[in-house]
Amino acid sequence: MERRVVVTGLGVVSSLGLNIQDFFDNLLKGKSGVSRITRFDVSNLEVQFAAEIKNFPFTDRFDVKLAKRTDRFTQYALWASLSAVEDAQLDLNKLDKTKAGVIIGSGMGGIETWEIEHIKFLQGGPKKVSPLLVPMMIPDMASGQVSIYFGFKGPNFCVTSACASGAHAIGEAFRLIKSGDADLIITGGSEAPITGYCISSFANMGALSKRNEEPEKASRPFDRDRNGFVLGEGCGVVILEELGSALKRNAKIYCEICGYGASADAYHITAPDENGEGAYMAMANALKEAKLSPTDIDYINAHGTSTKLNDKVEVMAIKRLFGEHAYKLLVNSTKSMIGHLLGGAGAIEFVVTCLSVYYNKVHPTINLDNPDEGMDLDFVRFQMREKEIFAALNNSFGFGGHNACLAVKKFVGG
Amino acid sequence: MTNLFEEVKNLIVEKLHVPPEKVTEEAHFINDLNADSLDITTLLMEVNEKYGIDIPDEDAQKLDTVGKLVSYLKEKLGKE
Repeated sequence: MERRVVVTGLGVVSSLGLNIQDFFDNLLKGKSGVSRITRFDVSNLEVQFAAEIKNFPFTDRFDVKLAKRTDRFTQYALWASLSAVEDAQLDLNKLDKTKAGVIIGSGMGGIETWEIEHIKFLQGGPKKVSPLLVPMMIPDMASGQVSIYFGFKGPNFCVTSACASGAHAIGEAFRLIKSGDADLIITGGSEAPITGYCISSFANMGALSKRNEEPEKASRPFDRDRNGFVLGEGCGVVILEELGSALKRNAKIYCEICGYGASADAYHITAPDENGEGAYMAMANALKEAKLSPTDIDYINAHGTSTKLNDKVEVMAIKRLFGEHAYKLLVNSTKSMIGHLLGGAGAIEFVVTCLSVYYNKVHPTINLDNPDEGMDLDFVRFQMREKEIFAALNNSFGFGGHNACLAVKKFVGG
Repeated sequence: MTNLFEEVKNLIVEKLHVPPEKVTEEAHFINDLNADSLDITTLLMEVNEKYGIDIPDEDAQKLDTVGKLVSYLKEKLGKE
């Protein structure tokens, strides 16, 4: 019999909250987590705002020495993982740790550490570069540190596929449990890209909104006046668990993860294929594995970046796959409120998808004042919606043309 | 040169995040102060910076206790 995989724990670090309760409440209220950057001087930058996490209290839960040896993206992952383990009420002493893995994706890794050390290298020479640079910077270190913290000795690696990293990580974790390589995996994605260097590159390629005067209105997926995405930071983590193991310990089950579709555009390094072929294939593949038909789907948590091209292509792909049913679906963009977490996006948005399936509540897409031409789906404008959600999809697309789609459904008995 | 010991001790407390009372002459960096090779390298970089010296790798490998580091510095700084 095929092994089934369920979601039994959730954890987040976000500009809208450092725990699931605050995070989901704020999303349902339609609150923006975007503001002017205060962590460093932004006066010379073209884009001066982001969904920045102010005063992250890492040392409230972890020791100072660990703080000094970890980049911000790893700290977010540790925090979200600890929250998820607590939420799942895992008894670490009873767990077979050889069958417990950690797969946390990241697009950029420790870019902040890299920038700091690069300045030391240029100004002071090779002797000034910290030996901790490499172990702090490499994007797999979130998975590494989380496994060290919990003693998990099962499959452990990082998935990197830019803005789809978090979704690919969860998809790969799902497959590893399905295949029997692991019984439980802490999986998700983490990112801390709010640095001068990173903002400059994204701004210079024209990917970011430059609405400095109204940061909270800058992320406006599917809107006529959208002009780029808003950089975000944070982490989303889920505990995926083999159904039998979850049932045995009477775990709370948020939903069942039942499909994962991956594809490539094979088209351009930053622009999506304008025919939406890659996005279409990822969704179609996820439905196929989930043994769901398009009409089973009630809700899509869209990639919805607020860039001109992404939103257009994604809506086109949804219409092609779902036909008439596309107009009956709820489609929203979490990025309208928490910005784009890059490698963390697919993961934190998967957390949102699980919460919506569990609570039958779908948060609004904010700032959608004037839907653009052809943007005529139900994007949950203005306020949250209560609706029975049986099954849902979560889309993520990354630079390089990587596409991932995850399918979940309500858990209904063994 | 008791000041030198105090100076090095303060640096160790700050860099290795250990309570001051654990930093004795005999304290072994790895066994007593919970440091690993990365911590020791980082600490010695700070020492180099503070005293304007450059401890060669072959010397650094021998400096496994607080006392040995302080004695080494005494000699090095006395000479230079």
